[in-house]
Amino acid sequence: MTLNVGILSIQGDVQENLISTKIAIDELGLDVKVSEVKTPDAISRLDGLIIPGGESTTIGQLSLVNGSLKILKEKIQSGMPVLGICAGMIMLSKTADDRVVGKTDQPLLDILDIKLERNSFGRQKESFEADVSMTSIGIPKFNGVFIRAPSVSDVGLGVEIISKFNDRVIAVKQGNVIATAFHPELTEDTSLHKYFVNLVKISKN
Amino acid sequence: MLPLSGERHDAKGIISEKTNSSDTLRGSSTLKRGFAHMLKNGVVMDVTTVEQAQIAEESGAVSVMVLDKLPSEVRKAGGVARTASIRIIEDIMDSVTIPVMAKCRIGHVHEALVLQETDVDMIDESEVLTPADDLHHIWKWDFTTPIVNGARSLAEALRRIEEGASMIRTKGEPGTGNVAEAVTHIKKLNDELRIIKGIYDSGDNQDLVRIAREFKVSYDIVEQTAKLGRLPVVNFAAGGIATPADAAYLMSLGCDGIFVGSGIFNADDAKQRAKAIVLATTFWNEPDKVKEAQKMIDERQSMLGLDVKTLALRMQDRGGSV
Repeated sequence: MTLNVGILSIQGDVQENLISTKIAIDELGLDVKVSEVKTPDAISRLDGLIIPGGESTTIGQLSLVNGSLKILKEKIQSGMPVLGICAGMIMLSKTADDRVVGKTDQPLLDILDIKLERNSFGRQKESFEADVSMTSIGIPKFNGVFIRAPSVSDVGLGVEIISKFNDRVIAVKQGNVIATAFHPELTEDTSLHKYFVNLVKISKN
Repeated sequence: MLPLSGERHDAKGIISEKTNSSDTLRGSSTLKRGFAHMLKNGVVMDVTTVEQAQIAEESGAVSVMVLDKLPSEVRKAGGVARTASIRIIEDIMDSVTIPVMAKCRIGHVHEALVLQETDVDMIDESEVLTPADDLHHIWKWDFTTPIVNGARSLAEALRRIEEGASMIRTKGEPGTGNVAEAVTHIKKLNDELRIIKGIYDSGDNQDLVRIAREFKVSYDIVEQTAKLGRLPVVNFAAGGIATPADAAYLMSLGCDGIFVGSGIFNADDAKQRAKAIVLATTFWNEPDKVKEAQKMIDERQSMLGLDVKTLALRMQDRGGSV
C-alpha cells in the first residue's frame, strides 16, 4: 500500500521540504507518495505530515480559518507521525512566548509538551549555521541552519531531548511527534527526512 | 534544498565565529536567501506606525516593512524620501513577533548600514525612496543582513543577485493602487526565463554568452538560472497591489508572495482588507476563497489609484542601469 506523506502548504518553505522528502523516499526505495496539503480533506487522508518553516502566526491563523487546525490535531493525537520545523515546532507546542514581545495569543496545536521561546537566538542578523548532533536517532552530525530560530526552554515528562546547542534544546521527540528549531530542508543532507519517512513506514506496520 | 547560484564564499558579510564549544557562521547565502524562503506564500505589508504593524500581524502578514510615509504619500509629498525614523522602527520591532523590514535609498550604503545596526530582519533597497546614487546599487555581499531589490526584467534581477540581493520583487509602480506595471514586470521576467531555459535545453552555450553580455551579467549566473528555469532567489510581487484579486492574480503568475504598499493602510477598510489580501494570497488557486476574500472589502473604500500613463514621477525608472 502506498503511504501518503503531506507537506502542510499554508505558508512557508513547502517546496524545499517536498524536494528533500522526495529524495529521501528515492534513497530509501519505499512506496511513499509526497504531496502538498492544505484542505482538511487532504489532511485526513495522510499517513505522515511535515509542518514546514515559515511564520508560525500566519500558518496558525490560516489553518484555523480553513478548518485544518482541528483535523491536524485529531490526526496527530491519533498517532500520525509529524515533523515540525521551526515554525512547525512552534505550531506543535503547548506554549510559545516571544523573546522580546512576550506572551501572544497565536493559535497553537497544543500537542508537544514543551515551552518555547520564539526568536530565541535573536533577529535575522544573528541567524547562524552550526554543526549539531542527533545521536539518539542515528544522526551524529548535521548542518544546523537556524533562521530566527526558537529554542525549547522547558520540556515535560515524555519528551525526549534529541539535540542541544550551547546548552539550549533545539530538537525533541514525543512519541510520534518530532520537532527541530533548525531547517534540514535548506541543506543537502536528507538524513532527518529519511528518519521521518521511516517513522511513517514503521507506524503503519 | 536551496539554490545557491552566484554565491560568494569570500563575502565580507559572512561572519565566522569559533568558540570553545562551537563554530558558527552568520550571513551566509543559505541564511540570507533562506530567510526569504520562510516568507513564501505570504504577504509583507508596508506600515508607518506601531498600530498598523499590529494590525498587519493580527491579519496574518509574514512581515512588515517600515516606512516614514506610505508610497502614495511619498508621491504626494514630493521632496527627498529617506529611510524611516530609527525610533519608530525600533518601537515596531519591540511590538510584533514577525520579521521587520525597512527601506533604504538605492545606493545609500550608510542608510543600509544604519538599518543593519538597528537589527532589522531585511533591508529593501527601494526605488520608493529618492536614489542616493544614480549609477550604482549597494554591493550587498558586504552585509550580514539580507537585502531585497526590485526588478522589471530578468537582466535587472540577475544584476541585483550578482550584487548580493537575497530576494527579488517586481518593481511595479509603487503608490498607484494600479497593478498593471507589476503584471507587466512579472510577465516579462517569466518570458525571459522561458527563453533562456529554451536556449539552455538546446545546448547553445554561445547564445547564453550573448544573453549574458546583453544583460551585463556573468555567464555563470545566466547558465545556472537557465538550468533552474527560475530565479535562484525568492521572487515576490510588489507595486500597485490593492485588492485580494490583485494578490491572487500575481500569485497565479508564479510570484512567491506579495508586498502590499499603500493598498492596505491607504484604504478606509484597512483591517478587513489586510485579512482579505492574506486570505487571497494563501488560497489564490481556490476561486471560491478568493471570492470570499474579495467580498470582505468594499471597492468604494479602495484607494482611488492613479493611471500610470499620466504619472509625473515613475519610481520604477529609478536606479542605475549597470
